[in-house]
Amino acid sequence: MEVSIKDIIKPENLVYQKSSLLTEKPMHYCPGCTHGVVNRLIAEVIEELGLQQETIGVTPVGCSVLLYNYIDIDWQEAAHGRAPALGTGIKRLRPDKYVFTYQGDGDLAAIGTAETIHACNRGENILMVFINNGIYGMTGGQMAPTTLEGMAASTCPFGRDPERDGNPLRMTEIVATLPGTRYVTRQAAHTAGAVRKLKKALIKGFNNQKENKGTSFIEVVSTCNSGWKMTPVQANEWMVENMFPFYPLGDIKDK
Amino acid sequence: MAKMKGAIVVDMVSCKGCSLCVEACPTQVIGLADEVNAKGYNYAYMVNPEACTGCSNCAMVCPDSCITVYRMKVAEPA
Amino acid sequence: MKGNEAIAEAAIRCGVDGYFGYPITPQSEVMETLMLLKPWETTGMVVLQAESEIASINMVYGGAGCGKKVMTSSSSPGVSLMQEGLTYLAGAELPCVVVNVVRGGPGLGTIQPAQSDYFQSVKGGGHGDYKLIVLAPASVQEMADFVELAFDLAFKYRNPALILSDGMIGQMMEKVELKPYKNRWTNEEIDQLHPWATTGKPAERERNIITSVELDPNAFERFNHKLQDKYRKMQEEEVRCEQFNCEDADYLLVAYGSSARICQKAMELARAKGLKVGLLRPITLFPYPTREIQALLGHVKGILSVELSEGQMVEDVRLAVDGKVKVEHFGRVGGVVHSPEEVVEALERKIIGG
Repeated sequence: MEVSIKDIIKPENLVYQKSSLLTEKPMHYCPGCTHGVVNRLIAEVIEELGLQQETIGVTPVGCSVLLYNYIDIDWQEAAHGRAPALGTGIKRLRPDKYVFTYQGDGDLAAIGTAETIHACNRGENILMVFINNGIYGMTGGQMAPTTLEGMAASTCPFGRDPERDGNPLRMTEIVATLPGTRYVTRQAAHTAGAVRKLKKALIKGFNNQKENKGTSFIEVVSTCNSGWKMTPVQANEWMVENMFPFYPLGDIKDK
Repeated sequence: MAKMKGAIVVDMVSCKGCSLCVEACPTQVIGLADEVNAKGYNYAYMVNPEACTGCSNCAMVCPDSCITVYRMKVAEPA
Repeated sequence: MKGNEAIAEAAIRCGVDGYFGYPITPQSEVMETLMLLKPWETTGMVVLQAESEIASINMVYGGAGCGKKVMTSSSSPGVSLMQEGLTYLAGAELPCVVVNVVRGGPGLGTIQPAQSDYFQSVKGGGHGDYKLIVLAPASVQEMADFVELAFDLAFKYRNPALILSDGMIGQMMEKVELKPYKNRWTNEEIDQLHPWATTGKPAERERNIITSVELDPNAFERFNHKLQDKYRKMQEEEVRCEQFNCEDADYLLVAYGSSARICQKAMELARAKGLKVGLLRPITLFPYPTREIQALLGHVKGILSVELSEGQMVEDVRLAVDGKVKVEHFGRVGGVVHSPEEVVEALERKIIGG
């Protein structure tokens, strides 16, 4: 017997649908942007863990500044780089809540370096999500602290020259050395497998907060196809070839 | 023997035609439409629906949460 | 006790939930006192030494966004670092209290007292059209009393409030009457009192978003107008000042904080010389006692604004007076404090004789 599409598309056969915590607002990100995937996963994790009423999120400055439009939870919007300080203030005064910050590479690894390192060093009992796409997306493709050597950006149009521009920064390895961090991992979201692993990491990052044993820190090596001036598919390929050797995936610390 | 048959529903209004789902599909089910949606994007659709196994890989990589996935077990014809 | 210690005692007693700070002279006793008193064991108040003033003010933002009573304190260079946070707090309409125990600037300057942060406190400091509620204590008692007053005003208007003190009041020892302990708000009370706070979104309400970003120009213009309406209401309802011998005064001294203490003596010296001198002490610097000054212009012939600066508040006095009588500035700077005799001499030279 042949099965028609109509037979398959029935409520009892549903295996995946958009999280109910995602709002109806269309995301403003460029087509193919990794932010969309990570935003979606965070919504799914909060929904699946039943933490809508228990979660306070902190959004950064950068492409994801308007993240609070997409996930139906309480949010605070931070100044550039200051999300970990907000997260500290929130968690210290509401230790009963789940707190996470969401920042890009400029936010977390340049202007907010001090706040990042000290929140991790104090072992603030929060989850920090770090989107590393090696470029400043929102402002139009300038060099980031994580821009690879030789990689072009609008403020290093002929490629990053370490002699002039300094070296790309591996923030995740740095915070892993701090006693305050409990779980430090580097993930990606370019394939279905990578997305599933990332989701597990996010679940861990939320669940860790039950035990108050330190900071969970998840880097997501990401693409910025607009900034990189590629198609989304090319950007994924370029990321695998160029970003992963310098920013290798996997758990760095899990205690 | 039973095999998995699947189908996807793409929210063509919010699809931005990034084609990450096209790339992620192991059975080449998805293509981009020749027509564009209201935002001017060539949205994704099932170009080869018979091949869909409902694996959800397309939905996993979709940045705009446009894809709903259905899956059912179907008895293999003898 | 010291002015700085009074701030700490008063904070615990009026039910403050959190203090985030970074050491800087001449205000480090605030956090030192809190750490010695260990309020986390009694009232549950959180006290944390941050990695910088930038982090402190942003921890304050996070706590304030949860509807908690949160504060920080610093001195001039540290408060300069907080300006980013303050404009975000004002833009997000968050209540909090910041204490500035002012020292002389610019730059690293001196650890001695000054009043040269008036512009920064009253005219903005950070970017954008915003105002802080600014209270200027002139005694250790007021250091204690103004903590609660500042929180009351901050929450009434959902706006940051600044206690603008200086190294003299912060370090000075006086007798203080402390108020009895008040309970901190419970989380349930906060849900009732501050429905805007991020406390975790229950199904029955919309999500709360604490933010200062608005990309729609028309919406953002409306928001700016709303802030201005709030500041106008403060100007109508919250002006506080103290007047001494102003009823019959020919000449007026205008001074706040430690300079007002000196001017009180200067006024007595001038009166002893037969000069009919009054003193107006603004307690709120924003909103400024503009109308109170204007009300005296029927009989006052000249005004000397006396500040430990090169002349900052004098601009607000001149705006109030609008050219009707002579207004001059006098003040020592760089950590030097003027004497009452110097004030009288300046009044005679710049206003009476001039």
